[in-house]
Amino acid sequence: MKRKKYNYFRFSLILGFVLLVNINCDRDLSDDAVQTGFSSAAEIFIDGFSSGLEYYPYENSKLDAFTVDSQTKYSGSSSMRFDVPNFGDAEGAFAGAIFRDDNGGRDLTQYNALTFWAKGTKAGKINEIGYGQDFGENKYEVSIQNLHLTTNWKKYIIPIPDASKLTQERGMFWYAEGPEDENGYTFWIDELKFEKLGTISQGQVSILNGNNQTETSYVGVNSLIDGVTATYNLANGNNQTISISPSYLQFNSSNTAVATVDSSGSVTSLSTGTALINATFGGASVTGSLTINCAGAFVHAPTPTKSQANVISLFSDVYSNVPVNYYNGYWQPWQTTVSNDFSVQGDNILNYTIFNFVGIEYSSPTVDATAMTHVHLDVFIPGSIAPGRQLRVLVVDFGADGVFGGGDDTRHSTTFTAPTLVSQNWISIDIPFSTMPTLASRSHLAQLILEGGDGSLIYVDNIYYYN
Amino acid sequence: MNIYIKNSCKSFFLFGTFSLLLSCSADEKQTVTTLDKLVLQDEFSVDGAPDSALWNYDIGKGPGGDGWGNNELQYYTDRPENIKVENGMLKITAIQELYMGSGYTSARITTKGKFEQKYGRFEARMKLPSGKGLWPAFWMLGSNIDINSWPQCGEIDIMENKGSQPLTVSGALHGPGYSGGTAITKSYSFTNSRVDTDFHIYGVEWGPNYVNFYIDSVLYNQITPEDATGEWVFNSNPFYMLLNLAVGGNFDGAPNSNTVFPQEMLIDYVRVYQ
Repeated sequence: MKRKKYNYFRFSLILGFVLLVNINCDRDLSDDAVQTGFSSAAEIFIDGFSSGLEYYPYENSKLDAFTVDSQTKYSGSSSMRFDVPNFGDAEGAFAGAIFRDDNGGRDLTQYNALTFWAKGTKAGKINEIGYGQDFGENKYEVSIQNLHLTTNWKKYIIPIPDASKLTQERGMFWYAEGPEDENGYTFWIDELKFEKLGTISQGQVSILNGNNQTETSYVGVNSLIDGVTATYNLANGNNQTISISPSYLQFNSSNTAVATVDSSGSVTSLSTGTALINATFGGASVTGSLTINCAGAFVHAPTPTKSQANVISLFSDVYSNVPVNYYNGYWQPWQTTVSNDFSVQGDNILNYTIFNFVGIEYSSPTVDATAMTHVHLDVFIPGSIAPGRQLRVLVVDFGADGVFGGGDDTRHSTTFTAPTLVSQNWISIDIPFSTMPTLASRSHLAQLILEGGDGSLIYVDNIYYYN
Repeated sequence: MNIYIKNSCKSFFLFGTFSLLLSCSADEKQTVTTLDKLVLQDEFSVDGAPDSALWNYDIGKGPGGDGWGNNELQYYTDRPENIKVENGMLKITAIQELYMGSGYTSARITTKGKFEQKYGRFEARMKLPSGKGLWPAFWMLGSNIDINSWPQCGEIDIMENKGSQPLTVSGALHGPGYSGGTAITKSYSFTNSRVDTDFHIYGVEWGPNYVNFYIDSVLYNQITPEDATGEWVFNSNPFYMLLNLAVGGNFDGAPNSNTVFPQEMLIDYVRVYQ
């Protein structure tokens, strides 16, 4: 239930700026000051930046992907031009930015949509585009995913789920788009503004993408309601689905002794039992729900005792971890495993559901474990252990070339069965490299793979090499 | 016809200043309606079933079992799930369910034998459902239909909407030589409003040799015998009213995967003037 975090980072400069603004505001406002209204200007970019609008590209994006174009435009004298880089472009892997109102925010309560005209040099699909990102709380973020461009100018509409929330919104516009089939391209946006349209239907709102999900949890586990969407019927009769922040909804727990849910959709499990979490939007119930089956107190994995100097850690709350590309590669086509990681009182747990196999990769850079003697991990299998059940731990070295393949990769698989495998107890696994004859080298370790799942759950903690 | 738009500025004001200026700068004068003597009203103010002194239910799939001649998919019932008066509104609900061999249920009521009138102004204030395959209608049939079968009896479609077109409704006359696909039809599209989010007044004013079609304060069509490609059958018999919400059929096709059920047609009132 973890909400996906964007891999876009803010400039530290911006953090400083936000702080400064807040300090200034606090100093200027006396206690009995009446809050004056913020600008309700609709225009963001018509033929130039509107007052207070600032451009902040994401870190690792092509910083100059955005320019003002006076040659190609839908109307007026100029448009916004976005140059998406080719795959491998040293200037940035993607194009993406937020456009923020730095005059303190705008009052958008009188509008019900962000609209613009757009076209591309090809019929690309913009990964994400919307409003409500401010490099702060992003409280009322909204986006369309895979907005399909055409090579002709076309008007696009991104509805506002509940404008009454947007009394001081700073996130006017944001987008993120990568190469299409490794090729960059250019798209333009013009007449970017908020509007009050009478031709947008009431929204159909869902949480968890409309599914009724059930989740096993423990006391202290936090889960976040995601997959919050709203679908609107537009003037042409077509439906438009947008992803919206949970903060637009009101959440409810059927049993607040078992689990509570706050206004941002964060669920906290409190005691053994079952609670149904659902939501309303504008007083109407929404589709989708989360049933929390809280199994009581979580039994933590044994706390590692090695000192940091003797450890290369991939996943632990005790040690600092080396860079890991991913803890779940979603390797297709045969992997069923889904990650549903959770945290109990600061103890982060890898939670693999529908587990058959899963790969963890740490190849940027690869790990030189020649000074290490063992690999360690703790696993916990909540379900029963069927006869013959195996758990295989594979350690993979990418060889001298440091990349996957190339003919120099080696690996070793170690198999565990009952009685080592037990249910409902942490299983501490320590495998000496001396017992991995088919692992020819450990100077370019890059993957750790777990195999042998039966389609149920497995928790993993404290993955590290040590001596 | 002396045509004059009553209160045009006031009603357009809702749609914004731009429309306001446009409509006010136009120098035309139209009268949307001329008949103001109220002879029938159902404000749907009593919760429960529709007033049985005024309304009959049509039940089932039609006399031929063929979806009322239009390949409609619904089975009409008189159950409160499909039709009831609630909170000052008549609510007709189309439900996706297996019922008597049909995949959908809904409702259709008529004033046949209970209120029939020749000439007059017939209007209803309604909010319509939305989605491909929904077909709400407010319409009239000649009371002699059992003797002079359709289309000889005549049909006045005050309002029909294709659920796939949430901004557009149409009005039509059907008669001998101009029925079904060759009916005399004109559609009307809202520019900044929808049929499923806003209530609108849909009406006709019908007199000797004319039927005027209006929506809110806009008169958008007049049909006279000159327009008819057959006999004018609207000067002889009284007509009765029908309200229904069909699913599927020849008008907007079948629902698709994006069509959400249940869907509601809300009728605030039905009023008839002379």
